[in-house]
Amino acid sequence: MENQEKKPLEKVCMICAKGSLEDVYATLVMANGAVMEGIETNVFFTFFGLDGITKKTMNHLHTATTGNPAMRMPGGLPFPTVLGGLPGVESAVSGMMRKQMEALDMPPVDEFLEMITAGGGTIYACKLAVDMFKLKKEDLSDEVSDIITIGQFYELCDGDRTQIIFT
Amino acid sequence: MAVKTIANAQVQVTDDGYLEDMNQWNEDIAKEIAKELGIELTDKHFEVINYLREKTKAGEGLTIRKVGKSGVVDIKELYKLFPKGPLKFSSKIAGIPKPTSCI
Repeated sequence: MENQEKKPLEKVCMICAKGSLEDVYATLVMANGAVMEGIETNVFFTFFGLDGITKKTMNHLHTATTGNPAMRMPGGLPFPTVLGGLPGVESAVSGMMRKQMEALDMPPVDEFLEMITAGGGTIYACKLAVDMFKLKKEDLSDEVSDIITIGQFYELCDGDRTQIIFT
Repeated sequence: MAVKTIANAQVQVTDDGYLEDMNQWNEDIAKEIAKELGIELTDKHFEVINYLREKTKAGEGLTIRKVGKSGVVDIKELYKLFPKGPLKFSSKIAGIPKPTSCI
């Protein structure tokens, strides 16, 4: 079939429901990438994902050092689960990871959110989760435009060149 | 790779229209590529373009964050100057390779 019309993506709607460093960053990198490509972008943070947009927690996200089979020591040896459970280890490992990300020009979460909204992306918090964690609008990053229900979020996902991504 | 005539100059371009050799670039070429993208170049655009070219010449990789911190423009302005392609379109107009960074 020649002359097949290309149908580029026009809108992405992302849902981030987990609060580990890698889950939040996966969402942020994809959201920022979409904005940079000129794709309309909506991001919905829910459940533990709210940590990624809560002022107190967003710049101190952790990666799990236990129950994470992909975790390696520097040098590549497997990271013993027993070690991962010791106090302070998860903090130290997460700090190291954030440093390595910074070296690749990956910004801290607050700045990443600013980059996304500067390009016209929109950040939402899930109402149900906000209520459940007893958070208020002022606890959340200033880049969060609104606290909405999942129904309202789906309304934002209209259009036949729209994709929903769940991370 | 293909040869394309832009602003009366024969230049080599990639499949998606980026200049193969940044030394074949001149301001008229920039203006014509910009026009194709629907952008009318101003002095501010050229400030960004010159910054991108300098950094590329120096062998430095570019990210939108770096441009935003350059002191030339902030990220919001960059999106205003090059709508829907702050790094991609500006690179194309600047005659430098397509950005390879994800940020």
